[in-house]
Amino acid sequence: MSQKQHYKITVNGKEEEFLAEPRELLIYTLRERLNVTGPHIGCETSHCGACTVTIDGKSVKSCTMFVAQADGKDITTIEGIGSPDALHPLQEAFKEHHGLQCGYCTPGMITRATKLLEENPTPTEEEIRFGMAGNICRCTGYQNIVKSIQAAAAEMNAAKEAAE
Amino acid sequence: MIPAAFEYYRPKDMAAVLSILEEHGDEARVMAGGHSLIPMMKLRMADVQHLIDLQDVDGLSGIEIGADAIRIGAMVTQAAIIDHPDLAQTAPILREAALQIADPQVRYMGTVGGNVANGDPGNDMPGLMQCLDAAFTVVGPDGEREIAARDFYEAAYMTAREDQEVLTAISIPLPKGGYAYEKQKRKIGDYATAAAAVQIVKDGAACASASIAMTNLSDTPVYCEAAGAALAGTSVDNAALSAAVAAMLDDIDPTEDNRGPVAFKKHVAGVILRRAITRAWSRA
Repeated sequence: MSQKQHYKITVNGKEEEFLAEPRELLIYTLRERLNVTGPHIGCETSHCGACTVTIDGKSVKSCTMFVAQADGKDITTIEGIGSPDALHPLQEAFKEHHGLQCGYCTPGMITRATKLLEENPTPTEEEIRFGMAGNICRCTGYQNIVKSIQAAAAEMNAAKEAAE
Repeated sequence: MIPAAFEYYRPKDMAAVLSILEEHGDEARVMAGGHSLIPMMKLRMADVQHLIDLQDVDGLSGIEIGADAIRIGAMVTQAAIIDHPDLAQTAPILREAALQIADPQVRYMGTVGGNVANGDPGNDMPGLMQCLDAAFTVVGPDGEREIAARDFYEAAYMTAREDQEVLTAISIPLPKGGYAYEKQKRKIGDYATAAAAVQIVKDGAACASASIAMTNLSDTPVYCEAAGAALAGTSVDNAALSAAVAAMLDDIDPTEDNRGPVAFKKHVAGVILRRAITRAWSRA
Protein backbone atom coordinates (compact mmCIF):
# COMPACT_ATOMS: atom_id res chain seq x y z
CA MET A 1 0.00 0.00 0.00
CA SER A 2 2.81 2.35 0.73
CA GLN A 3 4.49 3.90 -2.28
CA LYS A 4 8.12 4.92 -2.33
CA GLN A 5 8.57 8.63 -1.90
CA HIS A 6 11.29 10.99 -2.97
CA TYR A 7 13.40 12.22 -0.04
CA LYS A 8 16.30 14.62 0.30
CA ILE A 9 18.49 14.73 3.39
CA THR A 10 21.92 16.16 4.07
CA VAL A 11 24.32 13.78 5.79
CA ASN A 12 27.65 15.13 6.97
CA GLY A 13 27.38 18.01 4.53
CA LYS A 14 26.53 15.87 1.54
CA GLU A 15 23.10 16.12 -0.03
CA GLU A 16 21.49 12.75 -0.63
CA GLU A 17 18.40 12.12 -2.77
CA PHE A 18 16.66 8.78 -3.03
CA LEU A 19 13.37 6.92 -3.12
CA ALA A 20 12.25 5.11 0.02
CA GLU A 21 9.18 3.92 1.81
CA PRO A 22 8.16 6.35 4.56
CA ARG A 23 8.38 3.57 7.16
CA GLU A 24 12.12 3.13 6.64
CA LEU A 25 13.81 3.95 9.94
CA LEU A 26 16.47 6.62 9.58
CA ILE A 27 19.14 4.29 11.00
CA TYR A 28 18.55 1.93 8.06
CA THR A 29 18.61 4.80 5.59
CA LEU A 30 22.00 5.81 6.94
CA ARG A 31 23.51 2.35 7.21
CA GLU A 32 22.05 0.39 4.33
CA ARG A 33 21.09 3.00 1.80
CA LEU A 34 23.86 5.56 2.28
CA ASN A 35 26.58 3.24 3.65
CA VAL A 36 27.10 5.47 6.68
CA THR A 37 27.70 2.57 9.04
CA GLY A 38 29.14 4.32 12.10
CA PRO A 39 25.78 4.65 13.86
CA HIS A 40 24.75 1.23 15.17
CA ILE A 41 21.65 -0.66 16.25
CA GLY A 42 21.75 -2.03 19.78
CA CYS A 43 18.09 -2.44 20.63
CA GLU A 44 14.57 -2.13 19.31
CA THR A 45 13.07 -0.21 22.23
CA SER A 46 14.85 3.16 21.89
CA HIS A 47 16.98 2.70 25.00
CA CYS A 48 20.58 2.12 23.98
CA GLY A 49 21.46 5.24 21.97
CA ALA A 50 23.98 3.41 19.72
CA CYS A 51 22.14 4.95 16.74
CA THR A 52 22.46 8.54 18.03
CA VAL A 53 23.00 11.20 15.38
CA THR A 54 22.61 14.98 15.42
CA ILE A 55 19.64 16.35 13.51
CA ASP A 56 19.16 20.09 13.22
CA GLY A 57 21.06 20.55 16.48
CA LYS A 58 19.36 17.82 18.50
CA SER A 59 20.71 14.45 19.63
CA VAL A 60 18.31 11.94 18.13
CA LYS A 61 18.08 8.17 18.27
CA SER A 62 17.84 7.46 14.57
CA CYS A 63 16.08 4.13 15.19
CA THR A 64 13.09 6.13 16.42
CA MET A 65 12.62 8.38 13.44
CA PHE A 66 11.15 7.49 10.07
CA VAL A 67 13.04 8.65 7.01
CA ALA A 68 9.89 10.57 6.10
CA GLN A 69 10.23 12.66 9.25
CA ALA A 70 13.85 13.40 8.43
CA ASP A 71 13.10 14.66 4.91
CA GLY A 72 14.81 18.01 4.42
CA LYS A 73 16.91 17.74 7.56
CA ASP A 74 20.62 18.18 8.20
CA ILE A 75 22.19 15.15 9.86
CA THR A 76 25.61 14.66 11.39
CA THR A 77 26.95 11.22 12.23
CA ILE A 78 30.26 10.15 13.74
CA GLU A 79 31.72 10.17 10.22
CA GLY A 80 31.09 13.92 10.04
CA ILE A 81 32.60 14.70 13.44
CA GLY A 82 36.18 13.74 12.62
CA SER A 83 38.28 11.47 10.45
CA PRO A 84 41.25 9.18 11.19
CA ASP A 85 43.58 11.96 10.01
CA ALA A 86 41.80 14.75 11.83
CA LEU A 87 40.26 13.44 15.03
CA HIS A 88 37.76 15.56 16.93
CA PRO A 89 39.01 16.28 20.49
CA LEU A 90 36.36 13.87 21.78
CA GLN A 91 37.62 11.10 19.51
CA GLU A 92 41.18 11.81 20.57
CA ALA A 93 40.15 11.79 24.25
CA PHE A 94 38.20 8.51 23.96
CA LYS A 95 41.36 6.99 22.50
CA GLU A 96 43.72 8.48 25.08
CA HIS A 97 41.52 7.73 28.09
CA HIS A 98 40.34 4.28 27.02
CA GLY A 99 36.73 5.38 26.65
CA LEU A 100 35.92 2.41 24.42
CA GLN A 101 36.49 -1.31 24.16
CA CYS A 102 34.31 -3.08 21.57
CA GLY A 103 33.54 0.28 19.97
CA TYR A 104 29.90 -0.44 19.26
CA CYS A 105 28.42 2.30 21.46
CA THR A 106 31.24 4.74 20.66
CA PRO A 107 29.81 6.50 17.58
CA GLY A 108 26.58 7.22 19.44
CA MET A 109 28.45 8.16 22.60
CA ILE A 110 30.74 10.63 20.86
CA THR A 111 27.97 12.11 18.73
CA ARG A 112 25.87 12.66 21.86
CA ALA A 113 28.88 14.08 23.72
CA THR A 114 29.45 16.71 21.01
CA LYS A 115 26.00 18.11 21.76
CA LEU A 116 26.44 17.79 25.50
CA LEU A 117 29.62 19.89 25.38
CA GLU A 118 28.00 22.40 23.06
CA GLU A 119 25.20 22.92 25.57
CA ASN A 120 27.39 22.68 28.63
CA PRO A 121 31.10 23.25 27.89
CA THR A 122 32.14 22.74 31.53
CA PRO A 123 30.05 19.86 32.85
CA THR A 124 30.54 18.29 36.25
CA GLU A 125 30.94 14.53 36.50
CA GLU A 126 27.30 14.28 37.54
CA GLU A 127 26.18 16.41 34.59
CA ILE A 128 28.18 14.22 32.21
CA ARG A 129 26.66 11.03 33.58
CA PHE A 130 23.14 12.49 33.43
CA GLY A 131 23.73 14.07 30.02
CA MET A 132 24.94 10.74 28.61
CA ALA A 133 22.20 8.67 30.23
CA GLY A 134 20.53 7.90 26.90
CA ASN A 135 23.59 5.93 25.79
CA ILE A 136 24.29 2.45 27.12
CA CYS A 137 27.74 0.84 27.13
CA ARG A 138 28.34 -2.84 27.90
CA CYS A 139 32.14 -2.72 28.08
CA THR A 140 33.58 0.27 29.86
CA GLY A 141 31.52 0.70 33.00
CA TYR A 142 31.28 4.36 31.92
CA GLN A 143 34.11 5.58 34.17
CA ASN A 144 36.55 6.12 31.31
CA ILE A 145 33.84 7.59 29.11
CA VAL A 146 33.33 10.25 31.78
CA LYS A 147 37.11 10.84 31.92
CA SER A 148 37.28 11.08 28.14
CA ILE A 149 34.53 13.69 28.02
CA GLN A 150 36.12 15.66 30.85
CA ALA A 151 39.48 15.60 29.04
CA ALA A 152 37.91 16.64 25.75
CA ALA A 153 36.04 19.48 27.46
CA ALA A 154 39.26 20.76 29.01
CA GLU A 155 41.06 20.50 25.67
CA MET A 156 38.29 22.27 23.77
CA ASN A 157 37.98 25.04 26.37
CA ALA A 158 41.74 25.61 26.34
CA ALA A 159 41.74 25.78 22.54
CA LYS A 160 38.87 28.26 22.60
CA GLU A 161 40.69 30.45 25.12
CA ALA A 162 43.89 30.34 23.10
CA ALA A 163 41.96 31.42 20.01
CA GLU A 164 40.49 34.46 21.78
CA MET B 1 12.09 -3.51 14.85
CA ILE B 2 10.45 -3.26 11.43
CA PRO B 3 7.20 -1.28 11.35
CA ALA B 4 4.44 -2.14 8.89
CA ALA B 5 3.88 0.07 5.88
CA PHE B 6 1.80 3.23 6.14
CA GLU B 7 0.88 6.33 4.20
CA TYR B 8 2.70 9.38 5.55
CA TYR B 9 1.37 12.93 5.73
CA ARG B 10 3.08 16.09 6.91
CA PRO B 11 0.34 18.74 6.80
CA LYS B 12 0.99 22.41 7.51
CA ASP B 13 -2.19 23.28 9.39
CA MET B 14 -4.76 21.74 11.69
CA ALA B 15 -7.54 21.87 9.08
CA ALA B 16 -5.53 19.50 6.91
CA VAL B 17 -4.83 17.22 9.90
CA LEU B 18 -8.53 17.03 10.72
CA SER B 19 -9.54 16.30 7.16
CA ILE B 20 -7.10 13.34 6.98
CA LEU B 21 -8.42 12.06 10.31
CA GLU B 22 -11.98 12.42 9.07
CA GLU B 23 -11.24 10.62 5.83
CA HIS B 24 -9.48 7.63 7.38
CA GLY B 25 -11.15 7.28 10.77
CA ASP B 26 -9.36 5.04 13.25
CA GLU B 27 -6.88 3.88 10.59
CA ALA B 28 -5.19 7.27 10.97
CA ARG B 29 -3.07 8.46 13.87
CA VAL B 30 -1.29 11.71 14.56
CA MET B 31 2.35 11.56 15.61
CA ALA B 32 4.19 14.15 17.66
CA GLY B 33 7.73 13.24 18.77
CA GLY B 34 7.16 9.62 17.85
CA HIS B 35 8.90 8.24 20.92
CA SER B 36 5.94 6.20 22.13
CA LEU B 37 4.22 5.56 18.81
CA ILE B 38 7.24 4.47 16.74
CA PRO B 39 8.41 1.94 19.36
CA MET B 40 4.88 0.48 19.37
CA MET B 41 4.87 0.39 15.56
CA LYS B 42 8.27 -1.34 15.55
CA LEU B 43 6.84 -4.04 17.80
CA ARG B 44 3.72 -4.17 15.58
CA MET B 45 1.61 -3.40 18.63
CA ALA B 46 0.23 -0.28 16.98
CA ASP B 47 -1.45 -0.65 13.61
CA VAL B 48 -1.29 2.70 11.86
CA GLN B 49 -2.19 2.84 8.19
CA HIS B 50 -2.20 6.62 7.84
CA LEU B 51 0.41 8.46 9.85
CA ILE B 52 0.01 12.21 10.27
CA ASP B 53 3.24 13.89 11.35
CA LEU B 54 2.49 17.12 13.25
CA GLN B 55 5.99 18.59 13.03
CA ASP B 56 5.11 21.24 10.43
CA VAL B 57 1.70 22.20 11.82
CA ASP B 58 1.75 25.85 12.82
CA GLY B 59 1.00 27.10 16.29
CA LEU B 60 1.70 24.02 18.39
CA SER B 61 5.15 24.85 19.77
CA GLY B 62 4.63 27.92 21.93
CA ILE B 63 5.01 28.40 25.67
CA GLU B 64 2.96 31.40 26.83
CA ILE B 65 3.00 32.56 30.42
CA GLY B 66 -0.05 34.71 31.09
CA ALA B 67 -1.31 36.49 34.19
CA ASP B 68 -3.44 33.56 35.33
CA ALA B 69 -2.32 30.57 33.34
CA ILE B 70 0.43 28.98 31.33
CA ARG B 71 -0.39 27.70 27.87
CA ILE B 72 1.87 25.04 26.42
CA GLY B 73 1.50 23.95 22.82
CA ALA B 74 1.15 20.22 22.36
CA MET B 75 4.36 19.97 20.30
CA VAL B 76 6.56 21.60 22.96
CA THR B 77 9.31 19.09 23.70
CA GLN B 78 10.46 17.99 27.13
CA ALA B 79 13.82 19.63 26.31
CA ALA B 80 12.04 22.93 25.65
CA ILE B 81 10.26 22.68 29.01
CA ILE B 82 13.59 22.12 30.75
CA ASP B 83 15.36 24.97 28.93
CA HIS B 84 12.66 27.64 29.32
CA PRO B 85 13.92 30.04 32.02
CA ASP B 86 10.61 31.80 32.76
CA LEU B 87 8.74 28.52 32.97
CA ALA B 88 11.29 27.23 35.48
CA GLN B 89 10.44 30.29 37.60
CA THR B 90 6.68 30.14 37.17
CA ALA B 91 6.07 26.40 37.33
CA PRO B 92 9.28 24.75 38.52
CA ILE B 93 7.58 21.39 39.02
CA LEU B 94 7.38 21.01 35.23
CA ARG B 95 11.15 21.16 34.89
CA GLU B 96 11.69 18.91 37.90
CA ALA B 97 9.39 16.29 36.39
CA ALA B 98 10.65 16.62 32.82
CA LEU B 99 14.21 15.92 33.99
CA GLN B 100 12.97 12.59 35.36
CA ILE B 101 11.39 11.60 32.04
CA ALA B 102 13.33 9.36 29.66
CA ASP B 103 16.82 10.50 28.58
CA PRO B 104 18.33 13.45 26.67
CA GLN B 105 17.69 12.10 23.18
CA VAL B 106 14.09 11.20 23.94
CA ARG B 107 13.52 14.61 25.57
CA TYR B 108 14.66 16.42 22.41
CA MET B 109 11.88 14.67 20.49
CA GLY B 110 9.15 13.67 22.94
CA THR B 111 6.48 16.30 23.42
CA VAL B 112 4.30 17.33 26.34
CA GLY B 113 1.18 16.83 24.24
CA GLY B 114 2.22 13.34 23.23
CA ASN B 115 3.02 12.50 26.82
CA VAL B 116 -0.41 13.53 28.10
CA ALA B 117 -2.40 12.22 25.12
CA ASN B 118 -0.68 8.82 24.95
CA GLY B 119 -2.78 7.34 27.74
CA ASP B 120 -0.05 5.06 29.07
CA PRO B 121 -0.27 5.14 32.88
CA GLY B 122 3.53 5.01 32.92
CA ASN B 123 3.82 8.53 31.51
CA ASP B 124 4.71 11.14 34.12
CA MET B 125 3.01 14.28 32.79
CA PRO B 126 -0.60 13.06 33.18
CA GLY B 127 -0.40 12.83 36.98
CA LEU B 128 1.49 16.09 37.09
CA MET B 129 -1.23 17.79 35.03
CA GLN B 130 -3.89 16.41 37.37
CA CYS B 131 -1.97 17.77 40.33
CA LEU B 132 -1.81 21.20 38.64
CA ASP B 133 -5.49 21.02 37.59
CA ALA B 134 -4.52 21.57 33.95
CA ALA B 135 -6.97 21.50 31.07
CA PHE B 136 -6.32 19.99 27.65
CA THR B 137 -7.56 21.68 24.50
CA VAL B 138 -8.66 19.27 21.81
CA VAL B 139 -9.75 20.23 18.30
CA GLY B 140 -12.06 18.10 16.21
CA PRO B 141 -14.58 18.30 13.39
CA ASP B 142 -17.03 20.13 15.68
CA GLY B 143 -14.48 22.67 16.85
CA GLU B 144 -12.50 23.13 20.00
CA ARG B 145 -13.25 21.96 23.53
CA GLU B 146 -11.41 21.78 26.83
CA ILE B 147 -11.17 18.67 28.99
CA ALA B 148 -9.87 18.81 32.55
CA ALA B 149 -6.81 16.60 33.08
CA ARG B 150 -8.65 15.18 36.08
CA ASP B 151 -11.45 13.96 33.74
CA PHE B 152 -9.30 12.96 30.77
CA TYR B 153 -8.07 9.48 31.67
CA GLU B 154 -10.55 6.60 31.51
CA ALA B 155 -8.35 3.49 31.39
CA ALA B 156 -4.99 2.43 29.97
CA TYR B 157 -4.70 4.06 26.52
CA MET B 158 -8.33 5.20 26.78
CA THR B 159 -8.93 8.90 27.15
CA ALA B 160 -11.74 11.40 26.72
CA ARG B 161 -10.24 12.49 23.39
CA GLU B 162 -12.30 11.21 20.44
CA ASP B 163 -10.53 9.48 17.52
CA GLN B 164 -11.06 12.47 15.24
CA GLU B 165 -9.79 14.99 17.78
CA VAL B 166 -6.24 16.27 18.23
CA LEU B 167 -4.86 17.55 21.50
CA THR B 168 -3.40 20.97 20.68
CA ALA B 169 -2.54 22.68 23.96
CA ILE B 170 -2.36 22.40 27.72
CA SER B 171 -3.48 25.20 30.02
CA ILE B 172 -2.17 25.26 33.55
CA PRO B 173 -3.38 27.71 36.21
CA LEU B 174 -0.28 29.42 37.63
CA PRO B 175 0.87 27.02 40.36
CA LYS B 176 1.20 28.38 43.89
CA GLY B 177 3.35 27.33 46.83
CA GLY B 178 5.85 24.55 47.23
CA TYR B 179 6.24 21.74 44.74
CA ALA B 180 7.83 18.35 44.25
CA TYR B 181 7.82 15.60 41.67
CA GLU B 182 9.26 12.52 43.33
CA LYS B 183 9.77 9.38 41.25
CA GLN B 184 11.02 5.93 42.17
CA LYS B 185 12.40 4.12 39.14
CA ARG B 186 14.72 1.20 38.47
CA LYS B 187 17.02 3.21 36.23
CA ILE B 188 17.21 6.20 33.90
CA GLY B 189 14.45 6.18 31.34
CA ASP B 190 12.24 3.76 33.23
CA TYR B 191 8.60 4.44 33.91
CA ALA B 192 7.89 4.93 37.60
CA THR B 193 7.49 2.14 40.10
CA ALA B 194 5.67 4.95 41.90
CA ALA B 195 5.74 8.70 41.51
CA ALA B 196 4.00 11.60 43.22
CA ALA B 197 3.28 15.16 42.12
CA VAL B 198 2.62 17.58 44.97
CA GLN B 199 1.84 21.31 45.20
CA ILE B 200 1.33 22.80 48.67
CA VAL B 201 0.20 26.28 49.66
CA LYS B 202 1.27 27.50 53.08
CA ASP B 203 -0.63 29.96 55.25
CA GLY B 204 1.47 30.95 58.25
CA ALA B 205 2.62 27.70 59.82
CA ALA B 206 -0.28 25.68 58.43
CA CYS B 207 -1.03 24.08 55.11
CA ALA B 208 -3.73 26.07 53.33
CA SER B 209 -4.25 23.56 50.55
CA ALA B 210 -2.47 20.70 48.85
CA SER B 211 -2.87 18.97 45.53
CA ILE B 212 -1.60 15.43 45.05
CA ALA B 213 -1.56 13.02 42.11
CA MET B 214 0.17 9.66 41.68
CA THR B 215 1.78 8.09 38.60
CA ASN B 216 1.76 4.46 37.40
CA LEU B 217 -0.17 3.09 40.36
CA SER B 218 -3.39 2.33 38.51
CA ASP B 219 -4.47 2.01 34.88
CA THR B 220 -4.72 5.82 34.85
CA PRO B 221 -2.99 8.60 36.74
CA VAL B 222 -4.66 9.06 40.13
CA TYR B 223 -5.68 12.45 41.47
CA CYS B 224 -5.89 11.99 45.25
CA GLU B 225 -8.30 14.64 46.45
CA ALA B 226 -8.62 13.08 49.91
CA ALA B 227 -4.85 12.97 50.38
CA GLY B 228 -4.60 16.68 49.65
CA ALA B 229 -7.51 17.37 51.99
CA ALA B 230 -5.79 15.39 54.74
CA LEU B 231 -2.97 17.95 54.75
CA ALA B 232 -5.12 21.09 54.70
CA GLY B 233 -5.19 22.87 58.03
CA THR B 234 -2.36 20.79 59.50
CA SER B 235 1.25 21.71 60.14
CA VAL B 236 2.21 18.79 57.86
CA ASP B 237 3.45 16.85 60.84
CA ASN B 238 3.89 13.11 60.99
CA ALA B 239 0.22 12.45 61.73
CA ALA B 240 -0.84 14.52 58.73
CA LEU B 241 1.66 12.73 56.49
CA SER B 242 0.32 9.36 57.63
CA ALA B 243 -3.25 10.47 57.01
CA ALA B 244 -2.37 11.67 53.51
CA VAL B 245 -0.57 8.41 52.71
CA ALA B 246 -3.52 6.37 54.01
CA ALA B 247 -5.93 8.39 51.87
CA MET B 248 -3.69 7.94 48.82
CA LEU B 249 -3.48 4.17 49.36
CA ASP B 250 -7.28 4.00 49.22
CA ASP B 251 -7.24 5.60 45.76
CA ILE B 252 -4.50 3.65 43.98
CA ASP B 253 -4.82 0.22 42.41
CA PRO B 254 -1.38 -0.98 41.25
CA THR B 255 -0.82 -4.23 39.41
CA GLU B 256 2.11 -6.61 39.66
CA ASP B 257 4.77 -6.43 36.95
CA ASN B 258 8.58 -6.43 36.65
CA ARG B 259 8.68 -3.40 38.94
CA GLY B 260 7.33 -5.48 41.81
CA PRO B 261 4.29 -7.02 43.44
CA VAL B 262 1.30 -5.01 44.59
CA ALA B 263 2.34 -4.85 48.25
CA PHE B 264 5.76 -3.47 47.29
CA LYS B 265 4.26 -0.85 45.01
CA LYS B 266 1.92 0.31 47.77
CA HIS B 267 4.84 0.54 50.14
CA VAL B 268 6.90 2.51 47.63
CA ALA B 269 3.94 4.77 46.87
CA GLY B 270 3.77 5.68 50.57
CA VAL B 271 7.50 6.36 50.79
CA ILE B 272 7.47 8.46 47.63
CA LEU B 273 4.44 10.49 48.67
CA ARG B 274 5.97 11.24 52.08
CA ARG B 275 9.16 12.43 50.41
CA ALA B 276 7.28 14.52 47.88
CA ILE B 277 5.10 16.19 50.50
CA THR B 278 8.09 16.85 52.76
CA ARG B 279 10.08 18.41 49.94
CA ALA B 280 7.14 20.45 48.67
CA TRP B 281 6.43 21.67 52.20
CA SER B 282 10.06 22.73 52.66
CA ARG B 283 9.71 24.83 49.50
CA ALA B 284 6.28 26.27 50.37
